[in-house]
Amino acid sequence: MATPVMDKVQADATASPYITVTFRVRRFNPEVSAEATWEDFQLELDPKERVLDGLHKIKWEQDGTLTFRRSCAHGICGSDAMRINGKNRLACKTLIKDINPEKPITVEPIKGLTVLKDLVVDMEPFFQAYRDVMPFLITKDTNEPTRERLQSAEDRERFDDTTKCILCAACTSSCPVFWNDGQYFGPAAIVNAHRFIFDSRDEAGEQRLEILNDRDGVWRCRTTFNCTDACPRGIEVTKAIAEVKRALITRRF
Amino acid sequence: MKIHKYDTVIVGAGGAGMRAAIEATKRSRTAVLTKLYPTRSHTGAAQGGMAAALANVEEDNWEWHTFDTVKGGDYLVDQDAAEILAKEAIDSVLDLEKMGLPFNRTPNGTIDQRRFGGHSRNHGEAPVRRSCYAADRTGHMILQTLYQNCVKEGVEFFNEFYVLDQLITEVDGVKHSAGVVAYELATGEIHVFQAKSVIYASGGTGKFFKVTSNAHTLTGDGQAAVYRRGLPLEDMEFFQFHPTGIWRMGILLTEGARGEGGILRNKDGERFMEKYAPVMKDLASRDVVSRSIYTEIREGRGCGPEGDHVYLDLTHLPPEQLDAKLPDITEFARTYLGIEPYTDPIPIQPTAHYAMGGIPTNVEGEVLADNTTVVPGLYAAGEVACVSVHGANRLGTNSLLDINVFGKRAGIAAAEYAQKADFVPLPEDPESLVVGQIERLRTSTGNERVAELRRELQETMDANVMVFRTEQTIKTAVEKIAELRERYKNVAIQDKGRRFNTDLLEAVELGNLLDLAEVMAVSALARKESRGGHYREDYPNRDDVNFMRHTMAYREVGDDGTESIRLDYKPVVQTRYQPMERKY
Ligand SMILES: Cc1cc2nc3c(=O)[nH]c(=O)nc-3n(C[C@H](O)[C@H](O)[C@H](O)COP(=O)(O)OP(=O)(O)OC[C@H]3O[C@@H](n4cnc5c(N)ncnc54)[C@H](O)[C@@H]3O)c2cc1C
Ligand code: SF4
Ligand code: FES
Repeated sequence: MATPVMDKVQADATASPYITVTFRVRRFNPEVSAEATWEDFQLELDPKERVLDGLHKIKWEQDGTLTFRRSCAHGICGSDAMRINGKNRLACKTLIKDINPEKPITVEPIKGLTVLKDLVVDMEPFFQAYRDVMPFLITKDTNEPTRERLQSAEDRERFDDTTKCILCAACTSSCPVFWNDGQYFGPAAIVNAHRFIFDSRDEAGEQRLEILNDRDGVWRCRTTFNCTDACPRGIEVTKAIAEVKRALITRRF
Repeated sequence: MKIHKYDTVIVGAGGAGMRAAIEATKRSRTAVLTKLYPTRSHTGAAQGGMAAALANVEEDNWEWHTFDTVKGGDYLVDQDAAEILAKEAIDSVLDLEKMGLPFNRTPNGTIDQRRFGGHSRNHGEAPVRRSCYAADRTGHMILQTLYQNCVKEGVEFFNEFYVLDQLITEVDGVKHSAGVVAYELATGEIHVFQAKSVIYASGGTGKFFKVTSNAHTLTGDGQAAVYRRGLPLEDMEFFQFHPTGIWRMGILLTEGARGEGGILRNKDGERFMEKYAPVMKDLASRDVVSRSIYTEIREGRGCGPEGDHVYLDLTHLPPEQLDAKLPDITEFARTYLGIEPYTDPIPIQPTAHYAMGGIPTNVEGEVLADNTTVVPGLYAAGEVACVSVHGANRLGTNSLLDINVFGKRAGIAAAEYAQKADFVPLPEDPESLVVGQIERLRTSTGNERVAELRRELQETMDANVMVFRTEQTIKTAVEKIAELRERYKNVAIQDKGRRFNTDLLEAVELGNLLDLAEVMAVSALARKESRGGHYREDYPNRDDVNFMRHTMAYREVGDDGTESIRLDYKPVVQTRYQPMERKY
């Protein structure tokens, strides 16, 4: 077998990596002041590092009071959705080189949820909307099989996209409808309803559709595609919402 | 300070904690305290799969699975526990399917299965398809499915509550669990939870290493809380280094990549695992593969200008297969390395991955105060615990299994105990230890910084107690850790507030890491043999005569307040299998 070409990384590894970047961070701490302010930090970063690495550098070397949530650091736990240069992203999945480090990089909390301190927002309303769509498999269970329920690969594929959701809220907090009216379920809740409505094993599709048929349900969506752009898992959020809308009209899913 | 009263309190909402919560909530008034929102737990990072001998795609049975688990653990596994793990695996996968988990399917609609390291047919004959999976997102699906079912069952969560102390009350000379003390992130308030049963499910402790697949939040808080109260920690010297972490970052690339046919290559493009493990090759057990990688690197066959990594080559696999079976890890390579895995090999190095050791329990999840006595009302399950089903080295896909099997068992056992037992009285001033610790940190004017001490700790751990160890390197680590523990007394933080003070909590977490690093190093120094994940170059062979036994480490405090670690040993439970040499 041919030896794979291995020079790509090696070339990168020898260049001197560090550059100076400015992080312009939205600060808010009600223990100190009722006003939110912008604060600039200068730091040395390798452009291949993450925005999260930059935030850690600030916290660990310059200002320990800077507050944000994070855990996994590679885009699977959903802790660190924030507005970076005006767009919702995960700080741990955004590399410095991908966001023009020549200008100050702005970092703010996601919009539409109450800011509690710096980049930390109140996630409770978001999780409440999620819980409201009954995000769990419901079956009549008159004949619970002893082995697994069967599901064809095609039926499994039908809802694959929406199983990827990590509940980061990037979509919901990028939605202009949600900004104006926090009662709207928001895209993430609809994505999670979709995950069950289109699961061949689930038997509560009608109930879930009724919930989403509500005044604050899917019909509020104005198809701005912000959510699809924001989703760090690459879920086609707007398409999922459209499929739910269609199911509401045709009652077929 | 607030006092709460619950029958059962569960510490942690990862896979083990939520699996326990689903059972406990049905049987007793239960609270789950978790420092992260449940869906942020690191179970969600698990990729490859969950082992169970379903035999959906080829012949398999739980006895073969038991054997592989025992052999994989280099015979330090308690065989009665391994047998339970392998037997109950089948139902625990089926339970998850019924809860809604979207497993990948075979053409006839059953749960699909794939190969994983160390899992074999008929006692090592050839690799077997035993891992049940959902693409390379199995942990994510488990975490989501369990959270969904917690919502369904109305489990009561206290999110962003950090448990910092275990309360013990002696009744008739026997140590009982009385509850826990927690710190609420949002407000800085201290909460005492009095409970008949407490279950620790607070996960691993990988953050004392620098290159690790573990989350920033995996700081061993549960292990440290019980250890500080005089309870033992078992087999802490056994830590697993996963062969394929992304070079320098440590982000995991699942063994499933090799299960799908991926190959490890050195700088000459050679498939070097053929030399070290002629039968299982790239799918030998993890300790074997990690050592082989470092042997290649040390002998000058590593890749890159510094020769400090090797390659995981997926380029011969069809892009459709990568998209269908390994979508997330190929995306990690693109995002973090700018590499296209269809055409380019991925630079990797071993990454600190999994704690085999932890809080000793029996097969019901009851925590042990010594080799035989249980602590009434205290339970542990998941990575925080040591049952021991993983012995000296855990097989891939056996941890997602462990958290489900023993999470469920602990949930049932703890709730049933709570139904019968009375509350034991809280100790006097139950919050005092935590209040003292927090106030000391908040008011300290010392000149040491958390980030600096943590960096030095991680560097010494990576350099001295990773894949290869010697008396010399371990002693270097022990001395360094002692120095860091001294300097930790002078640590100061900048954030003096009460609201979301993560500066403060990082300092607390560092204290836990330092305590546990010391236990690990001291346990490793005393184990003068090589077994599974613990490899001593100065004692390269397994020594069953002297070391076929579990390490039990206790914290001792002298009359003058000086702390030390006392080591004791516990016999290994052997039933069916006699120790043999491990060959792959
Ligand atoms: C990248 C990666 C991939 C993996 N892939 C696989 C795989 O394919 N197959 C497999 O079998 N295993 C795999 N593993 C191992 C397996 O995922 C873990 O061992 C397992 O998920 C641990 O689950 P847990 O419930 O014990 O802990 P976690 O999921 O880590 O949960 C810990 C919980 O404890 C809480 N907690 C921690 N400290 C405190 C505190 N002080 N107070 C309150 N709450 C606290 C946290 O909030 C969290 O909810 C993988 C591990 C990693 C890191
Ligand atoms: S749909 Fe995407 S953006 Fe929205 S919560 Fe889920 S993962 Fe985040
Ligand atoms: S820290 Fe987990 S998604 Fe970014």
